[in-house]
Amino acid sequence: MAEPTYNKIAKDGFWHNNPVLIQLLGLCPLLAVTSTFINALGLGIATTLVLIGSNVTVSLIRNNVKQELRIPIFVMVIASFVTIVELAMNAYLHELYKILGIFIPLIVTNCVIIARAESFASKNDVKTSFVDGLTMGLGFTSVLLVLGSMREIIGQGTLFSQAHLMFGEGFRDLQLVFVEDYSGFLLAILPPGAFIGLGLLIALKNVIETKRKTRQAQMLTAGNNSKESSATP
Amino acid sequence: MAIDTNVLKKNMLEAGKSLALFAVVASALVAITYLMTKSTIAENEKQSLLKSLHVLVPDDIHDNDLFSDNISINVPELNYRNHPITIYRARMNNEPVAAIFSVTAPDGYSGAIKMLVAIKMDESIAGVRVVSHKETPGLGDAIDIEKSDWIRIFEQRSLSNPIEKQWRVKKDGGQFDQLTGATITPRAIVKMTKKSLLYFVKHKQQVFESANNG
Repeated sequence: MAEPTYNKIAKDGFWHNNPVLIQLLGLCPLLAVTSTFINALGLGIATTLVLIGSNVTVSLIRNNVKQELRIPIFVMVIASFVTIVELAMNAYLHELYKILGIFIPLIVTNCVIIARAESFASKNDVKTSFVDGLTMGLGFTSVLLVLGSMREIIGQGTLFSQAHLMFGEGFRDLQLVFVEDYSGFLLAILPPGAFIGLGLLIALKNVIETKRKTRQAQMLTAGNNSKESSATP
Repeated sequence: MAIDTNVLKKNMLEAGKSLALFAVVASALVAITYLMTKSTIAENEKQSLLKSLHVLVPDDIHDNDLFSDNISINVPELNYRNHPITIYRARMNNEPVAAIFSVTAPDGYSGAIKMLVAIKMDESIAGVRVVSHKETPGLGDAIDIEKSDWIRIFEQRSLSNPIEKQWRVKKDGGQFDQLTGATITPRAIVKMTKKSLLYFVKHKQQVFESANNG
């Protein structure tokens, strides 16, 4: 198998094979914590760290692990990284940790991570696995952020509320208020809002993709036509 | 074809060995992280508790170390899942000033609500704060002081204001406002606050005289 280029890996992670929009993986934490931008950012960063750690480790040990043992060992690697990230967040981002609560240990069950370990890192070298973990993680985070912003703006009329939980007291004023005395739109904050938001995002991606493909096809036929016409004497 | 038991045994042994090796390395990494973060985490938890305690009982009305002056007692009607509750005691010149009950209302809309109820020596409430909860965002979460001022309705209240029978949400014929779209959440909090208050009024002496469990 040819080594995938970094460029292709990055494109895959963000767009062509985006863990959420295409693979539809890791939806449980996605739907649960995207009620605000900051929550989404916190879970996105934690997931990305775990993805990078597990991808690199799995890639390092890929030649020393027997085929039939790889799943239990991958699970062990992932569980250890999640616990380490959880402890670190509890220590250094305590307030955010309290909000994200159960969803940090639940990163273990996020299928994106075992999927990347199994289908990518176990077949590629450390550097490419690192890049794959990073871009898949960022792809996941970017969808979290878009969904988080959408739901926060519609549901609460604010953006970046509670930023101090992540960046410290100085950032309390980062919060943007779009509508004063907004009474809130509950549907956006509750889980159904997350489903609807995600559905819209996937639809949007499909629209863009279809447009791109038709354009490509048109260009292709146009190119073929001109070739044919020039070929005929 | 008969399976060669020797080969099978050897394979199993090898698999066991490599699994064990990975388990040891992984646990070691987790253990190291745990040891490195343990004190910071404990300090964080202490700080965030102290912050809530100090909001309820400000520094200028007590001079003892709130965090270490506490008792754990078993009170069947206040315990949550048979865990004893903790009461923090505030004193000024060794005279009791207020007690802060760290209790859990078991019957929130989506699970338990951990809260602090601070009661002054004159049997009136200094304040109530929710420490952690899982109530519905946008509805029940208005019990959180970061979201709304609702929780302050308990300040200055006592068993004569309103009378004991009126210690309910309005929907149940009581004195306390429920939240729009959420009745169960405030009901749970009113109930737990009332129970703490009743216990304090009856056992005030005992609360302050029991030996410190540090």
